[in-house]
Amino acid sequence: MRYSWNWSVLTTPPYFGWILSGLMWTVLIALAGWVIAFSLGSVLGIARTVRSRAVRTVAAAYVELFRNIPLLVQMFLWYFVLPEVLPKAAGDWLKRGLPHAEFWTAVVCLGLYTAVRIGEQVRAGIQSIAAGQASAGLATGLTQVQVYRHVLLPNAYRIILPALTTEFLSIFKNSSLALTIGVLELTGRTRQISEYTMQPIEMFLTATILYGAVTLTVAAGMWLVEGRTRFPGMLTSEAS
Amino acid sequence: MTHFTLHYFIGILPLLLDGMVVTVELTAASLAGGLLLGIILAVLRISRFRPVAIAAAFYVNLLRSLPLLLLIFWFYFLVPLLVGRPVGGMTSALIGFILFEGAYFCEIVRAGLQSVRRGQVLAGLASGLTYPQTMRRIILPQALRNMLPVLLTEAINLFKSTALVYVVGVRDFLTAASIIGTRDNNLVPLYLLAAVVYFVLCLTASLSVGRLRRSYAL
Repeated sequence: MRYSWNWSVLTTPPYFGWILSGLMWTVLIALAGWVIAFSLGSVLGIARTVRSRAVRTVAAAYVELFRNIPLLVQMFLWYFVLPEVLPKAAGDWLKRGLPHAEFWTAVVCLGLYTAVRIGEQVRAGIQSIAAGQASAGLATGLTQVQVYRHVLLPNAYRIILPALTTEFLSIFKNSSLALTIGVLELTGRTRQISEYTMQPIEMFLTATILYGAVTLTVAAGMWLVEGRTRFPGMLTSEAS
Repeated sequence: MTHFTLHYFIGILPLLLDGMVVTVELTAASLAGGLLLGIILAVLRISRFRPVAIAAAFYVNLLRSLPLLLLIFWFYFLVPLLVGRPVGGMTSALIGFILFEGAYFCEIVRAGLQSVRRGQVLAGLASGLTYPQTMRRIILPQALRNMLPVLLTEAINLFKSTALVYVVGVRDFLTAASIIGTRDNNLVPLYLLAAVVYFVLCLTASLSVGRLRRSYAL
């Protein structure tokens, strides 16, 4: 293998700044996408456990729709197809008016996609709580909404916390797909720099270390939180 | 914009089918390679010899912390450097998928292996089988049966993930649709078509897995 190493590209302007801005976009996409995914996912998870059959069906249809189309195809649908099928004014605004349109498209796409996976976790969490708890809540005079708010959801979130950590890390990794619609996040940036400088190994090693470092930090932080919020005496799946 | 007529559809059908063949080939090859690697990794990960177990765990956790896209780029640039000549996007993507899926399959297989009761290993060893024989003849067949639904779900995920080879220009189904759409200034119907095709295939597959899961539990 003939390869001339040159680690100095890392510190050469403007590349150092580019890598940092790439990391920043990656984190921003993941966090903003997470806000959508967590809110909508909670709604979906609740909707799949309520008594109304119509609500359950709508939620299930959403889940199947977003789960069975590849994420990259969804990205293209939001970015290339949506502006064309909307009324002309709205489409033009998406294409030219909206600042950072690629960023927001990626956020919405990842948020709506990840919501499905969070919804399934929330549903599993709610269903893992003994039915007696909901009945007891109703018997003490709480309304159905209050039972969800004060009994089912707080318990469910505690139970599914490890799974939520996994889902956050997965939206963080999936944010790399934003490069296909032109967001220069971490993967896109390092690829761009590796093409400019012909130093792909240094660049991809840098990206690998940065992704690994963020994953490790999040996992370690959540591990501490999980230790404090775990139900005493309950079996939890050991996260490897 | 070209209109999406039946005549037009018949015209582009061969190109789309070629793309779907590439997608299916890529899925099947990554599945076979990834599963083989995953089984090896899983056996190493539960090995009593600590350094081996730690090395396997490190590999699995490292690969699972990286975006698949980054891995595809890694091998797209690295494989030609290592072998000294261009190998094309398909080969490097395939290597990336196998190494990546190996890490995921490892965790599935490991969970499957650990779902087999410990007594089965002891019984195998007590009856005079060696450890590899016990693994191959007693534990793996039971474990594979336990994990089949999860494996099939992961295979569907893999099928969807192969669309990512778009970024290195492999002409899979999505790339074919994209190329045709760009050529004919017809991106909207072609992306919609791609979405519908993926949706129908994946939904059918995941509904079948759900049926299997219900009818098949040990």
